[in-house]
Amino acid sequence: MADIVATPKSQSHGDHYDVDYLNDGSLLSWLTTVDHKKLGVMYLWSILFMFFLGGVFALLVRLELMNPGQTIMTAEQYNKAFTLHGAIMVFLVIIPSIPAALGNFALPLMLGAKDVAFPRLNLLSFWIYVTGAIIATVAMVTGGVDTGWTFYTPYSTTTDGPVALMTFAAFVLGFSSILTGVNFVATVHKLRAPGMGWFKMPLFVWGIYATAIIQVLATPVLAITLLLLIFERLFGVGVFDPKLGGDPVLFQHFFWFYSHPAVYIMILPGMAIISEVIPTMSQKVFFGYKATAFSSVAIAIVSFVVWGHHMFTSGQSQLAGAIFSFLTFLVGIPSAIKVFNWITTMYKGSISLAAPMLYALMFLILFGIGGLTGIFLGTMSVDIHLHDTYFVVAHFHYVMMGSTLIAFLAGLHFWWPKMFGRMYNERAAQIAAFFVFIGFNATFLPQFLLGSRGMPRRYYDYLPEFTFLHQVSTVGSWLLGLGFVIMAGYLFASLRKKMDAPSNPWHARTLDWQTSSPPITHNFHEIPVLKQGPYDYFKPFEPSVEGYHE
Amino acid sequence: MSSESYGHAAEHAFRQHHFVNSEQQFDTSKLGMWLFLATEILMFGGLFVGFGLMQANYPEAWVAGHHHLDRIMGSINTVFLLCSSFTMVMAVHASSTNQKSKTVLNLLATLAFAGGFMVIKYFEYSHKFHEGILPGRYFSYAGGGPPEQAMFFGFYFAMTGIHGVHVLIGMILIAWLTIRAQRGEFSSAYYTPVDLIGLYWHLVDLIWIYLFPLLYLVS
Repeated sequence: MADIVATPKSQSHGDHYDVDYLNDGSLLSWLTTVDHKKLGVMYLWSILFMFFLGGVFALLVRLELMNPGQTIMTAEQYNKAFTLHGAIMVFLVIIPSIPAALGNFALPLMLGAKDVAFPRLNLLSFWIYVTGAIIATVAMVTGGVDTGWTFYTPYSTTTDGPVALMTFAAFVLGFSSILTGVNFVATVHKLRAPGMGWFKMPLFVWGIYATAIIQVLATPVLAITLLLLIFERLFGVGVFDPKLGGDPVLFQHFFWFYSHPAVYIMILPGMAIISEVIPTMSQKVFFGYKATAFSSVAIAIVSFVVWGHHMFTSGQSQLAGAIFSFLTFLVGIPSAIKVFNWITTMYKGSISLAAPMLYALMFLILFGIGGLTGIFLGTMSVDIHLHDTYFVVAHFHYVMMGSTLIAFLAGLHFWWPKMFGRMYNERAAQIAAFFVFIGFNATFLPQFLLGSRGMPRRYYDYLPEFTFLHQVSTVGSWLLGLGFVIMAGYLFASLRKKMDAPSNPWHARTLDWQTSSPPITHNFHEIPVLKQGPYDYFKPFEPSVEGYHE
Repeated sequence: MSSESYGHAAEHAFRQHHFVNSEQQFDTSKLGMWLFLATEILMFGGLFVGFGLMQANYPEAWVAGHHHLDRIMGSINTVFLLCSSFTMVMAVHASSTNQKSKTVLNLLATLAFAGGFMVIKYFEYSHKFHEGILPGRYFSYAGGGPPEQAMFFGFYFAMTGIHGVHVLIGMILIAWLTIRAQRGEFSSAYYTPVDLIGLYWHLVDLIWIYLFPLLYLVS
């Protein structure tokens, strides 16, 4: 219901016509803005702060695992530390990272629109996110939660601590995610620039669109699951508690019905960014545009029918297990289509190895490992052995961090000049990328070995023969941390400079680069009329925005 | 409001600057509402699935539990909501054909039916509280029966409670619509809020149409 009040003053033509959005308005006007770019930037800072917090917990967990027995914290503190790491990284960082921060900023620009479909809903969604983050923080401060981010029953309904509050935080964050999804689906359907048919949309838009559909259809199921969990804790209803006649596996079905699609809420936007960075940095037409676009939608559809592969050892029937196993393999097909198309797009392109491309290449390697180990785990007989071991931990970190977060970094470096109007130090970015890559692999490759040798996940203590690999992993986490410290350094440093970024530093063809860096409040002086496809690098550049010169 | 005019026949004062014309704004808003309704259906869908599974596990408790529900009151509430959906449709129609007083009257009627629903719900709830029929571990009904009745009433209160919250939110929205309609803000050029809240209200009604037989008419 975005059509209730007339346009806010700061959005109308007039005084602010030529002002860039960063310098348009006071702090208060930022906090109540309906401008998708400002909201994207505010999301970005919130998410980066949460990433820092989740990262600190990760470093603490790794430090504790440096040696067998107690190193720096008690077993109970350890349980809370990894739960907080997981819950923060999943609900507060990765799920909103690309859609809410970069998507909010870039999607309307790429479509040639002035804003998202429902700007005030967008603002509401941001403040709901902040509320959820605050509730989660309160839960952490008032005792912490030791259930793991999956809140499995009956442990979660019987353990002490503010589980209901933490669950409520996830519920609130789900709302934010739903509203963002609704907004993006409507935006893509209704606000494309004249001339932009569905197959002239940039692939980033396709990816975000597929993500938004999952957000809309899956998140409500999580919402009701978490509500039932809260009910269960408050009233002892017994739906998920076997002691009271309930079914704990039902919770797992509900939980994964959302949370497996949520895994694709995480990876699809990552793939979307890679689909933008690779053709731009290779200056080449995208190979297999339609196949890539449809593979996003295919992944979104298949994502709803694979949740049972989290439950091979939970006592579901063998037939169900076999079916879920087979369906899981299907995900490999659209994913592989994308990977081959990205590689083929680079073939004979004029490749630039600027920071966004470095992260995109990193993504290809890490997603290859993360995706293929997913096939191992989707195989029922193999999973029986590897379930709940470090192999699983390594696998999903390769996908969530090695792929989604690395893609987020690719996108961050890609759109940074557009967002803030400044170029960062390229050499420093390369050094940071090096540490991130080495550090990430040093942290998580040993965990594949640990898992295949029987190291169970979530354990506080371990057998002495695992010590060496654990220590490699911990040292790796320091290298990774160093990479992020360097990154924070040069990104902040760039913000202190004068604005120096050209409108189109990467010579891209999509509409987001055909406005100034940073864009004016209204995005474009005139509504663009699309003259070229998003990756028509075989033709001379013909801007779709009137008066634009590269 | 943006200063440029697109010369569209049905332009109105509520068009936002990022839409090219009112028609685009209307279509977009409607799409957004349908998407939101889809999320509502999926959310209640989860409840229905859990309810159905547990009913399959404990059929006797479900039968015993539903004997505590008052079918007469449930039926009256069903009629109330059906009538309210009808008056809502009439309100949408009236607002889209510039009939201000008819819009206001129909909205008030909708509000009255919804209020009646909540009043009956209040009597039903307080009667149950009085008898000790509460969800889960607070279930202290003295009349005996299968222990899983506690779970049945867990679902009963969760489902009707969440539905009741939706009715309340609907009432607030309809009250707000009534004020705006009274001010004469709706016309054939702009009646989007009436239309969208109407859609929402029908969904609230529809969910009750499923809840009523599920809870009150177990066999």
